Amino acid sequence: MRYLLLLIIRNAFRQKLRTVLTMVGIIVATVAFGLLRTAVEAWYAGADAASATRLITRNAISLVFPLPLSYQNKIQQIKGVAATSYSSWFGGVYISEKNFFPQFAIEPRSYLKLYPEYLLSPQEERDFFRDRQGAIAGKKLAQKYGWKVGDIIPIRGTIYPGDWNFILRGIYKGTSERIDETLFLFHWEYLNERLKQTGAERANHVGAYVVGIEQASQAAQISQAIDGLFANSLAETLTETEKAFQLGFVAMTEVIVTIIEVVSFVILIIILAVMANTMAMSARERKREYATLKALGFPGSFIALLITGESVVIALVGGLFGLLLLYPAADSFASKMGTFFPVFRVTPETAWLAMGIALVVGLAAAAIPAWRGATISATAGFRQIG
Amino acid sequence: MPPYRPRQAFGKSVSMHLPSSYILRNLWTRKLTTLLTALGMALVVFVFATVLMLSKGLEQTLVATGSPDNVIVIRHSAETEIQSIIDREQAAIIASLPDTAYSLAGIPLLSKELVVLMVLPKKDQGKPSNVTVRGISATGLTLRPQVRLTQGRMFHPGAREIIVGNKIAQNFANASIGKKLRLGLGEWTITGIFDAGKTGFSSEVWGDVEQLMQAFRRNDYSSIIFKLAATATFAQAKKQIENDQRLTVEAKRESRFYAEQSEMMSRFLKILGLSLSAIFSIGAMIGAMITMYASVANRTAEIGTLRAIGFPRSSILQAFLWEALALSLLGGIVGLAIASFMQLLTVSTMNWQTFSELAFTFTLTPTIAWQALLFSLLMGLVGGFLPAIRAARMNIVDALRAA
Repeated sequence: MRYLLLLIIRNAFRQKLRTVLTMVGIIVATVAFGLLRTAVEAWYAGADAASATRLITRNAISLVFPLPLSYQNKIQQIKGVAATSYSSWFGGVYISEKNFFPQFAIEPRSYLKLYPEYLLSPQEERDFFRDRQGAIAGKKLAQKYGWKVGDIIPIRGTIYPGDWNFILRGIYKGTSERIDETLFLFHWEYLNERLKQTGAERANHVGAYVVGIEQASQAAQISQAIDGLFANSLAETLTETEKAFQLGFVAMTEVIVTIIEVVSFVILIIILAVMANTMAMSARERKREYATLKALGFPGSFIALLITGESVVIALVGGLFGLLLLYPAADSFASKMGTFFPVFRVTPETAWLAMGIALVVGLAAAAIPAWRGATISATAGFRQIG
Repeated sequence: MPPYRPRQAFGKSVSMHLPSSYILRNLWTRKLTTLLTALGMALVVFVFATVLMLSKGLEQTLVATGSPDNVIVIRHSAETEIQSIIDREQAAIIASLPDTAYSLAGIPLLSKELVVLMVLPKKDQGKPSNVTVRGISATGLTLRPQVRLTQGRMFHPGAREIIVGNKIAQNFANASIGKKLRLGLGEWTITGIFDAGKTGFSSEVWGDVEQLMQAFRRNDYSSIIFKLAATATFAQAKKQIENDQRLTVEAKRESRFYAEQSEMMSRFLKILGLSLSAIFSIGAMIGAMITMYASVANRTAEIGTLRAIGFPRSSILQAFLWEALALSLLGGIVGLAIASFMQLLTVSTMNWQTFSELAFTFTLTPTIAWQALLFSLLMGLVGGFLPAIRAARMNIVDALRAA
């Protein structure tokens, strides 16, 4: 057994250049596959971090239409509702269009209560509550633009015209790595006051309500109760769990996810082709050796084992190196993409999957050469040249 | 090893090229290897071409949506029609400006429009998607010559009737003639289906602007579109609109406005696709390199014989380079052939800039075809270069001994 393993490993490195090239190919494929899978997971990050005890109530026509502020009290009175808050999408521009990050106008106290996963120090929380012009930003966002507490952040409104200046009163951290740290939150009251001054119809309206419920199992029932309350009114509502709400966004861009998944599959076929090619060559070159082994009395299965073992050794070593490179690659990719992917990290599942695929590629690539090597007759093997 | 010196790169005495049949036969000898290597390259070319086709299709759809003679007026600093608000007073001022073209009947070609998003369930799996609903004035259709009614009739102004784009009729549930859609608090009957070719309008729902404003309880328009009396007067019209103290709007040529709406998506697709192609091409080039190195190693004696007969180093180098190029061209052609079938597919996704549904197709242009083939040849060249050098630098005596 020891000698068999030694023979396999020696064989694998007999053609140093070819083996190294094949391994580089597998390393590249592993890194690419890992990055793509992580990107798809990042797409679903918002839905994964959603809480089962939060519902989102929005205008039934679409998110573009607001809901009256007066709905809050009515929702609050429904049995099973623990807390309510609201937010409005601001969609402003910081310096230039390229710097996209989500901005929401919120009712600070109730909102932060509903989202305990955003951690602020008591001091920062107090400062934020007291200052109507105050705002808080996620840690990643603040790092990206080098903001510090106390900075004035100018944002140009697109939906709400004009120049808005916010004072950064706190930088929140997520309770886990899955929490989005790229949000910018400020007082809804500040927005509303400006709208009242300009006499816009949009004053006293909110983008969506966040409804905290006592038990996750009541989600469907309470959603129906809320929507029933406002049926046939001027602004009908659509209530769904936070997860469903987030998945709705993912569904709209599902094509992109599908493309990425197809491409991940393509890369596996490419690397399989490269690997199979290498094994086919090795087997072709060693026909005479296999014939010799056969003549000495080794069975065909032994030759198949030699070829398969060699292929798996190359694939697994390449896969391991690829995995080691994947983590720094993901980190540098995440820092380059900035806030585009709020959450971008390699999960253990991805790592296991990458290694599993390397093993399968190693086995599949050796299939044809192993079968050929096992079934070739000794005399035919000696007759072959090149 | 002696340094590599071609005897005479270009000269009369070196007319000794190895015949192309020799090169192609070498590929034919090892069919499995040739096939596997070409397959790897074909897949890379396929990805490369598909992504370019996708972003081209997106650009073409949005560029074709606007026409250069039309001017679109939206509120200052709003990036899309959805975010824009123009009140009736300002709309009236814009409508009275002198640069607007008139129809033969003497009606100004200007449409005051309302653009909102509405959630509709898609046909497959019933997933919700944001659809653009556009309220238009009577001249709205005239302003867009690329839009034709293909089935049914135009909606009657003042009635709760709508017409839908053909992509909406295809992709969404309950979007055929005679069916009703719920907008605001009422039911709206679909009276017609229009075809706007490969433009973004094909993914929209159109109705009468005043009726829709009532339904959505809005008192403001989103945008004003008018046709210029003469294309050249755009700068003048823009200046007049943007310098007017009573107005808080900006004016753009419609064609440019729609091109800008596709920038973010198409840039994302390009970056994603090209970086993927770059990563994949490393894999395919390694495959080509392995194949060519093996090809050289297998034919050591052959190369020695050729050199002994009198073929110069340069012919050997060329022969192996041509072999690699032929291999990659085969891969390129196969990849492009598979990619061309993608033109049958329509992609419908949300445009991030407008948050609305947009349907577009993969578009293969001659430029993309050339780029894809050149890309595959480049892979062949890079992959085949080192092995070809190795073949050319072989020592005759040693090579002959290897047999």
